[in-house]
Amino acid sequence: MIDFVGKRKLFFIISVVIILIGLVFILPVGPMGLKWSIDFTGGSTITMHFEQAVSQAEIMSVMTSLGHSEAKVQKATGQGISENTFIVRTKKLEEHVQDPVTGNTIAEQQKIKEALVAQLGAMEITDSYDMTATMARSVANKAVIAVVIASICIALYVAWAFRKMKHAFRLGVCAIVALIHDAVICLGVYALMGTFFAVEVDAMFITAILTVIGYSVNDTVVVYDRIRENSLKNPGLPLATVINNSINETIARSINTSMTVLLVLLALFLIGGPSIHNFVFIMFVGIIAGTYSSIFIASPLLIEWESGGLGRVLRRFSLRRRALAKG
Amino acid sequence: MGRKHIITLTAIMMVIVFCVFVLAKYDIWGHSGMTFGLDLKGGVYLEYQADFGNISSADQQGRLAETKNIIEKRVNAWGVTESEVYVAGVDRIVIQLPGFENIDDAKQLVGKTAELIFREQAISINTSLASDVNASDTLVAVASVSGFGVGDVFVIGSTASTAEMQTIVDIDSVNGAFSITPGFAYSHLVGENVIDQWTPATGLVNGEEIALTGIYLLPNCYVGLNQQTSKPEVLISWNSDGATLFSQITTRLVGEPIGIFLDNGLISAPVVNEPIPDGKGVITGMSLDDAQTLAIQLNTGALPLTLHEIRTQMVEPSLGESSLRWSLLAGIIALALIFVFMTAYYRLPGFVSCISLLIYGAMLLTIFKLVPVTLSAAGIAGVVVSIGMAIDANVLIFERLKEELRGGKTLGLAMELGFSRAWPAIRDSNLTTIISCAVLFWFGNAFGAMSVMGFALTLGIGVVVSMITAIIVTRAFMRTILYTPLAKSIKLFLP
Repeated sequence: MIDFVGKRKLFFIISVVIILIGLVFILPVGPMGLKWSIDFTGGSTITMHFEQAVSQAEIMSVMTSLGHSEAKVQKATGQGISENTFIVRTKKLEEHVQDPVTGNTIAEQQKIKEALVAQLGAMEITDSYDMTATMARSVANKAVIAVVIASICIALYVAWAFRKMKHAFRLGVCAIVALIHDAVICLGVYALMGTFFAVEVDAMFITAILTVIGYSVNDTVVVYDRIRENSLKNPGLPLATVINNSINETIARSINTSMTVLLVLLALFLIGGPSIHNFVFIMFVGIIAGTYSSIFIASPLLIEWESGGLGRVLRRFSLRRRALAKG
Repeated sequence: MGRKHIITLTAIMMVIVFCVFVLAKYDIWGHSGMTFGLDLKGGVYLEYQADFGNISSADQQGRLAETKNIIEKRVNAWGVTESEVYVAGVDRIVIQLPGFENIDDAKQLVGKTAELIFREQAISINTSLASDVNASDTLVAVASVSGFGVGDVFVIGSTASTAEMQTIVDIDSVNGAFSITPGFAYSHLVGENVIDQWTPATGLVNGEEIALTGIYLLPNCYVGLNQQTSKPEVLISWNSDGATLFSQITTRLVGEPIGIFLDNGLISAPVVNEPIPDGKGVITGMSLDDAQTLAIQLNTGALPLTLHEIRTQMVEPSLGESSLRWSLLAGIIALALIFVFMTAYYRLPGFVSCISLLIYGAMLLTIFKLVPVTLSAAGIAGVVVSIGMAIDANVLIFERLKEELRGGKTLGLAMELGFSRAWPAIRDSNLTTIISCAVLFWFGNAFGAMSVMGFALTLGIGVVVSMITAIIVTRAFMRTILYTPLAKSIKLFLP
């Protein structure tokens, strides 16, 4: 039997460090912070027609080389639509950029056209205009509110489902702490990717976060269930022992379940194409964080609460803040 | 084998047959194939230009944004999740919709203004053309209305073949205009520029004369089938002002037709049998598809701008041309890996869980096809996690089974204990997920966050189905194994 509970401080520190690093990158300072995609900001739309057959991937690679990896390229088909017509959506294009060849100031749309003509053959832009967001920025904020409401409901349900245990409400609160832990880690990793690889928050990212949250709670409750069973079976045992036994008994299940989900994600990552890489990757991170938090954070946190350790940390923190405020 | 056990196995078989039947048939109960999102399969692309008419330039952008919002609501009410609607340039609205095979259906839904107006037949006649005529005459200009009275019968129409018999029911003594209703024999004919007209049906609310339009409808219209004719009809209910107007108008028009107009086109003109005071009504005279579209349009309101179609086309998926194929391939490979893993780790029970996982997949796809649920990358994320939870339920059971076997229990007992001991964990973990899905779905619906809604729906359905398969299907199969020689080899269960 492994003594997970005894090493809980180590696990807490690991999480806090990862979260702090993430938070640094979430702060919108300089190149850091979460970047919003054209789903939320709107941008420009260009309809273009090529004379030769080109593929969506070819246009995409030219757009990426021009610094427009956010571009969405869709082929248009249908009656009366000429072959090789594409709709390209990008960030708002600049009116004035420098021509890489002549050094003159030209419109960015012109620059894109020149690059596409040079690499994919003759084409013309049949239509172009600015577009509004397809998703209001408020959707992201609303999603946060939804998660908060969902969290409260989850905490209440957990408190009720585990009502036979002492301090059942604490289980609900710790499950929510684990959930927030996972969400914040995902946000931090995404902000990090945004800083270094210009990865943007799009509609898919919001879904990924929701997915991770759903998984996290599910995973935590399974461990709780074992704690409930063991503590009712052995009422005399100290909570720390009960929790350590329960973690040991459920760890095979926790890892196996995560493995199967990670297998699916791995397959999607390798085969599903580059357009869903970020989406799958952040789910991958989130599932690992969710498994970690249900084993090493949610239940050990209960022990800290029970032993007063949590209270000590909080008191020390508030004393220091008060001292800071005074001094 | 117990009777209950046999019934369960039979039920499972029937479900499998049903799923295979639904999935194998491309067209079934009005659903063709699976519905995939714009990102995976593309869809219809519609571009409209707004006609601002004489709207002041300060109001134009506001109206455009309002129009966009109403279109979004219509699309969402239709059940198309993950659509994209945006304002382009200064006067255009672009709509991308997945799941429509027919561009005309999409246009019908989003591009129509959907202004509903109730009208009554009132015929005003140019008095300078009115005169006594003979029955055999067709088109005669007449000089005055003198000599006509209520009850006199006319034939009116622009040509002889379209002329209709009408009775004078009312004469305006001031300007000489009169109203007539259909019916009866004729004795007079009036001039060629007189055609029957529908004028807005009005009533008095707080002393003000107001026309009855779709503005006064409550947003809870729905489609039903008429019990006698079994034709589709849209059932509407009015708000308090609308109910007052409707009551006044139906009281006045007993025995006469009331014209229901959508975007100035007559849908139907039922004859009022009796006054309708309760603020309820029905609109008939449409196909089922049109009735469904109309109900959505009435619930979401008329567009504040008229839209002109600029471009309609199909677009390929935004995640790349073959993204759907690749995603499916990824899914198949992932399933194969899970099969290998589960069978290697849990032996025979692991293999059994793979079979129930296949049944789970078939049930899930069947539900997605019939609801229908639009499968996009976001939806697939929901499915991936619910697959994880489906397996999780099995893993929980098998871990328990192993524990009990190690504790020296017989296979049959260990199996039953495994299921009953794992049940609270499966129940509580899945219920928490279902609770959060319910909150997210409600929230996405209330605040128009569609991708949140789509995700919550797929995950929620997935979790419910996974619970059913783990507890019912896997258990039934495992119990069946107890009756086979396989049960003799404990090695198949405990590696």
